[in-house]
Amino acid sequence: MRNFFRRRRKSEKEVAAQRLRLVLAHDRANIEPGMLEVLKDEIIAVISKHLEIDAAQVKIEFSEDEAETRLVADIPLKTARRRRR
Amino acid sequence: MRGKIITISSGKGGVGKTTTTANLGLGLAALGYRVICIDADIGLRNLDVILGLENRIVYDIVNVIEGRTTLRRALVRDKRFPEHLRLLPAAQTRNKEAISEEDMERVAYEAAEMADFVLIDSPAGIEHGFRYAVRPADRVLIVTNPEVSAVRDADRVIGLLEAYGRAEPSLIVNRIKPELVRRNEMLDPASIVDLLAIDLIGIVPEDRSVLSASNRGQPVVLDKRSSAGQAYRNISRRLVGEKVPFMDLRGPSFLQRLFGGA
Repeated sequence: MRNFFRRRRKSEKEVAAQRLRLVLAHDRANIEPGMLEVLKDEIIAVISKHLEIDAAQVKIEFSEDEAETRLVADIPLKTARRRRR
Repeated sequence: MRGKIITISSGKGGVGKTTTTANLGLGLAALGYRVICIDADIGLRNLDVILGLENRIVYDIVNVIEGRTTLRRALVRDKRFPEHLRLLPAAQTRNKEAISEEDMERVAYEAAEMADFVLIDSPAGIEHGFRYAVRPADRVLIVTNPEVSAVRDADRVIGLLEAYGRAEPSLIVNRIKPELVRRNEMLDPASIVDLLAIDLIGIVPEDRSVLSASNRGQPVVLDKRSSAGQAYRNISRRLVGEKVPFMDLRGPSFLQRLFGGA
């Protein structure tokens, strides 16, 4: 869905809905958006102790469906990428 | 049998709580139910002017709570439905701390003995005034606008009600502009319901007659040609358990323009 929307200019409705989705996710989880960045740095530090990761590509975000909100971490490993090539 | 107590809340101010309370009060009265509207916005009372009853006020809710008069004597009868609609005005020169949650509960329960519906117009915000307004409620209606800020505040209120262990509230999306929705320039009711994950009980279109109604103290629900009025009449009927389909929001057709609403 998101990729589909990225291809064209978002309508004002979509912009509003997307901003709302993010704001509500933070409000409901009771975490400031800036805190996520701090969390991300800490996660990178912890994981880097054990694995070689691509720190610049790490993504930490909320994902929402009707049932629940999840914190989704996408952490690419450097080794994994080399193997793929 | 005790009447049903319904609190109208929103979190954000200016989204149309008082207008909604006035219109639903009149809408239910027009259907033949006995209604008492309580203005819980102490210090900033407005339900009286929206209903056009400001000149008839003698006592207010704080007078009742302090025992200076009885609830029955403080109630102001509506001009249009004197046997069905009565208003308990807020005090204008006091502040919210003048009443406690228990005080509001006592007054609302007493009012519910004399009416089929008690509608409480909650103050904006999520502080003391909000808490005492929702305390006695059997049901809470949340009013929001199709704007990021208003929906966010509605979500806060929904979360707080959940934390208080209250029944799930119902949503009224107010001031929808069908043309902007059609052009994807405004959040549509479906997206808002989806984000907030609560039941929708009404969609009220933006309507110029709401302003003129508040200028005159004659709420739009009385105006047969107003689309907002039609929306409030529909919500009133849903409140008494009727199944009423939602209005067609693809914008007024030629016939609807002629005859004023679905």
